[in-house]
Amino acid sequence: MAAEGSGHAHMDPAQAYDAAKLGIWTFLATEVLLFGGLFTAYIVFRLKFPEMFRIDHAHLNRLMGATNTVVLICSSLTVALGIAAIRKGKQGLLRLYLALTILLAAVFLGIKYVEWNEKFAHGLFPDTDVFFSLYFVMTGLHGLHVLGGMLVLGGVLALAWRGKFSERYYTPVEVSGLYWHFVDLVWIYLFPLFYLIG
Amino acid sequence: MKSSHGTGYGIYLAVFAALLVLTGATVAVSYLDLGVMNVAVALLIASLKASLVALFFMHLKFENKLVWAFALVPIFFLVLIVGGTISDTLYR
Repeated sequence: MAAEGSGHAHMDPAQAYDAAKLGIWTFLATEVLLFGGLFTAYIVFRLKFPEMFRIDHAHLNRLMGATNTVVLICSSLTVALGIAAIRKGKQGLLRLYLALTILLAAVFLGIKYVEWNEKFAHGLFPDTDVFFSLYFVMTGLHGLHVLGGMLVLGGVLALAWRGKFSERYYTPVEVSGLYWHFVDLVWIYLFPLFYLIG
Repeated sequence: MKSSHGTGYGIYLAVFAALLVLTGATVAVSYLDLGVMNVAVALLIASLKASLVALFFMHLKFENKLVWAFALVPIFFLVLIVGGTISDTLYR
């Protein structure tokens, strides 16, 4: 799959596609360990201060957290459908799904913004205690990943608009899609750990 | 070559529906007081959801062994880090 069109490729297109995929999986491995370090910190402090976690987690808005979970799941679906579309050569559908994904990412960040403001209004800051330090650092780092994903997907959408992709070549869509699903994966763990279990 | 990973719209929609149901389930369970089981159930459901995303949306299910190795090696190291840290925190 995924030919590169022009003749400058040193690898054959299938090999280039496989190499790109291993590249993004390698990057995701570093991401697992980046977030893994923070999850480890969460576990340690949770074991040390169970009361703090039990009391503080009640300050988080479960409804907003659950809504954002649904928003990200929807965005994962739209990315997956976009890749399915371009595999069949449907460029218009790909553009639509990419645009929807970026829109959903913006909704996620909007809700996050409202949530953080609500916390600040109640005098809850990153230096309030260890729970809120972890909450702001981990959801903040995740939010930066969402922002980064919007930029990357925006770039892919620009390429799609110029007709760069076809059923024979869609490697950037595939690679950015894998990254986007990973961002969803991280939130799948952040949501219960902060909002649901105290 | 391997163009059709066998992942059509149908399977994506089924996974999407399962993810929504599991999200609803984990929120519902969080309102019950099950003691330490709350944590276990929440993590179990999160891992189920993560597996669905990885297997179908990231189509790991249709990838070769090399991609699986790239996906599993960081998980192995994460388990080492978390396991070692937990035992250090609990039994020192």
